[in-house]
Amino acid sequence: MTLRVNDLKVYYQTLRGDVRALDGVTFDLADGEIMGLAGESGCGKTTLGKSMIRLDSRMRHVGGTIELNGKDVPIADDDAMVPLRYREISLIPQYAMSALNPTRKIGRMVNELLRARGVRPADIADELNRRLELVGLDTDVLNRFPIELSGGMKQRVVMVISTLLDPSLLIADEVTSALDVSTQRAVAESMVEFRDRGYVKSMIFVTHDISLVYQMADTIMVMYAGHIVEKAPAATIINEPKHPYTQMLIGALPEVGSTMVQGRLEGIPGTPPGLLNPPTGCRFKDRCPMAFSKCSEQPPLVEIEPGHWAACWKTG
Amino acid sequence: MTSVAGAPGTADSAGSPEPVGERRFSETLHFARRNPKLLIGLGIVLTFLLLGIIGPLFIGHDPNEYVGPQTQPPSGEYWFGTTTFGQDIWAQFVYGLRSTFLIGVFGGGVAFVIGTAVGFVAGYKGGIIDEILNMITNVVLVLPAMVVLIVAIAYLEARGLFVQGLFIGLTSWPWAARAVRSQALSLATRDYVDLARLSGRRTWKIITTEIAPNMSSYLVMSFILLFGGAILIAAGLDFIGLGPAGGVSLGLMLQSASQWSALQLSMWWWFIPPGLGITAIVGSLYILNVGLDEVFNPKLREL
Amino acid sequence: MLELSQVHKVYKVGAFGGGRLRAVRDVNLTVEPGEVVSLIGESGSGKSTIGKMVLGLTRPSSGRITFEGTDITTIRGHSARKEYYRRVQGVFQDPFSCFNPIFKADRVFEMIHTSYFPRTSDADWRDKVLDALATVRLDPGNVLGKYPHQLSGGQLQRLLIARALLLDIKLLVADEIISMLDASTRIDVLNLLADLKERGLGILFVTHDLSLGNYVSDKSVILRKGAIAEMGPTARVFDNPLHPYSRHLLSCVPQLHRTWAEVDAELKANPPEDVTLPTAPDEESAPLIEVEENHFVGIDQG
Repeated sequence: MTLRVNDLKVYYQTLRGDVRALDGVTFDLADGEIMGLAGESGCGKTTLGKSMIRLDSRMRHVGGTIELNGKDVPIADDDAMVPLRYREISLIPQYAMSALNPTRKIGRMVNELLRARGVRPADIADELNRRLELVGLDTDVLNRFPIELSGGMKQRVVMVISTLLDPSLLIADEVTSALDVSTQRAVAESMVEFRDRGYVKSMIFVTHDISLVYQMADTIMVMYAGHIVEKAPAATIINEPKHPYTQMLIGALPEVGSTMVQGRLEGIPGTPPGLLNPPTGCRFKDRCPMAFSKCSEQPPLVEIEPGHWAACWKTG
Repeated sequence: MTSVAGAPGTADSAGSPEPVGERRFSETLHFARRNPKLLIGLGIVLTFLLLGIIGPLFIGHDPNEYVGPQTQPPSGEYWFGTTTFGQDIWAQFVYGLRSTFLIGVFGGGVAFVIGTAVGFVAGYKGGIIDEILNMITNVVLVLPAMVVLIVAIAYLEARGLFVQGLFIGLTSWPWAARAVRSQALSLATRDYVDLARLSGRRTWKIITTEIAPNMSSYLVMSFILLFGGAILIAAGLDFIGLGPAGGVSLGLMLQSASQWSALQLSMWWWFIPPGLGITAIVGSLYILNVGLDEVFNPKLREL
Repeated sequence: MLELSQVHKVYKVGAFGGGRLRAVRDVNLTVEPGEVVSLIGESGSGKSTIGKMVLGLTRPSSGRITFEGTDITTIRGHSARKEYYRRVQGVFQDPFSCFNPIFKADRVFEMIHTSYFPRTSDADWRDKVLDALATVRLDPGNVLGKYPHQLSGGQLQRLLIARALLLDIKLLVADEIISMLDASTRIDVLNLLADLKERGLGILFVTHDLSLGNYVSDKSVILRKGAIAEMGPTARVFDNPLHPYSRHLLSCVPQLHRTWAEVDAELKANPPEDVTLPTAPDEESAPLIEVEENHFVGIDQG
């Protein structure tokens, strides 16, 4: 088991109180597993990704543990996290490609980054070139400035750089959202290739696009308002979702081939609850057509069949 | 997907009853009251302004009248002493402050109106209009303003305060135009500006109701800088003898002090008050400007 | 109703305006009343530029855009322009940036009131606004009197559609209107467009998402590098894509029930027939060939 997250709680401190962005999250990630982490904006998926590598000044670790390869990850201790970052856990943040320094050549940036981690760039140059070629880039990109590369090229460069030291866990946050469909496919496929070749052991792919994650992930975990609602193998989530939220979410997605004339899809009425003072019990109950009296208690995340977890009183 | 970290869900914000207008205002006030630069700058400027407004009311004679003994250092009767000719320097000083503020408001105001109008139109309209206005702006910008002013004012028959202010305004607007243009340019591409166009709004209405309110702090700052600039230019002109004929101003005081060798005669009370007055007003305006910047710009607040 | 003929848009680029960027190349298309036309394309395809030109927010470099017989590029003067916007309106991608952050959200309605219906009394106007809000299925109590940051993206986007409905519009340009919305509310906005279509409105739906284009539209136009690659009734374009670029795009779209591998295998088993594409005689034109009825393919741009 690569990663084991147990009852993790991370809150944002604001002037009006704590925003419970991550409120008791428990899941495992197997060796070699690519897990898609899906949900709407504000559900806590980005917070989960960030928590595993660095808490920013407003984030507070309230409880719970993270274990990587059997060892505890001290997320609340910024200094103790330093040796883990990049070597054990690597994050490709949202908008990573626009975060590249425009005045530095890519190669220089890579070298600086490696030296900061105590690695001699020369030792790893061959591997770097091999991996650039693997994702379909000319090694010449190292001599270019970020502005000379297209979005897809930049995203692939970022991907190669962040996995250069073969981390156990890669967290990719919305890495394909800003790309065109054809580049999106290429980037997604190279991520799978990286896993297959063992450059990264396991991966969490954070996205709002369930149909994309279905193409590449082994499992999909769906979050809603700071809680996990369901986790299962990708095909199970798409074809036999059990949690009402997952069912409605997937039912709301138009896909190529579905037209309005054949039948209207329906959205989910209402909006997610605020996380400053979240409601007690199931957080989806106000929008859920199947809600009943029991839903005022929080449903536990239980394994309803092997590998399929859901948090709903109706499925338990 | 706008997943802003720390802003999960919308119900939180929807539930807050506090209107943003009020909140902004009280927030600004909150930071303003705690900003020493703003308070000090504002304090000094207001003190001088009050002196300039109220001071002359208590002086029963013309500031240039020969009222007292000659070459007196400051005393109980003549607070700032007298000139070689027996003029009351305190009287000259408070009248001078008044005209200095007038020239600042008028000269700075003319420059502000022209500068922002040109800047807004150029930034908003773009294309050929922008290019033409930009060209004019650049031409005026590279003109040696002082030389033009000297030539223009030297040939003028009536050298009044307002003529001086007008000419200062006419030569000092370009950088304000450029600053406003660059801001307007970025605001003009916002979707809400497009939406206002689709709502059948006229250009000037879009500029005044959609764009300008979003850069109000920027505009206030431009005005303060133009105001300070106009005072300095006026003082310079006065000093070389091109000030308003028969009037009184801080610059003219400096000029006559230098003309009658106050420095060589150790009559410090003649040149220190006007010199210090100009420096203090302009200096505190700049400090005020920095303070305002810190109050309005959320990024600088944390420093 | 709306007709674009030989529309080009060329931008000057580079430090001295020496370079030329052809954003829209020889585009011809029509939108009829009650018809939803999807303009589908990746970034740089010129789709948004076409939307902006139809809304008169930028001018075409050459070509004609006619709306109910008048060439809109010849509209001069404020009042003529205002009359045009009485019948043609737009909704944009980012609902948050469509509202001036320092004013209340319902000010967008008030602007229409003062500009177009100055003689309507406040009470009558309020009824009209409530009507429009009912059409977009918003609860007035939840949205009126609020500031933009207090509302969700979906609510703001519906407010903007309601705003357009206050005018007696014939054509709505919807530029990526749901790409910033969450999956659970997206579909409701799309369904709303369908309701408007039933009321006889023509809609130009600009999107980068093929599945959305497919869901909502009668006619699809696939754009590439400013030129039309393929155009036709939506069902035909999606069931039988003719242009290699359309086929490529469709094979890359992540689908919910078929993986990329399955799509590839299917394509390999039944390779589609090659279609003869038109060739462009020069850098500027982009001719179309009608392969089957109303189904056109455009030039190959490599």
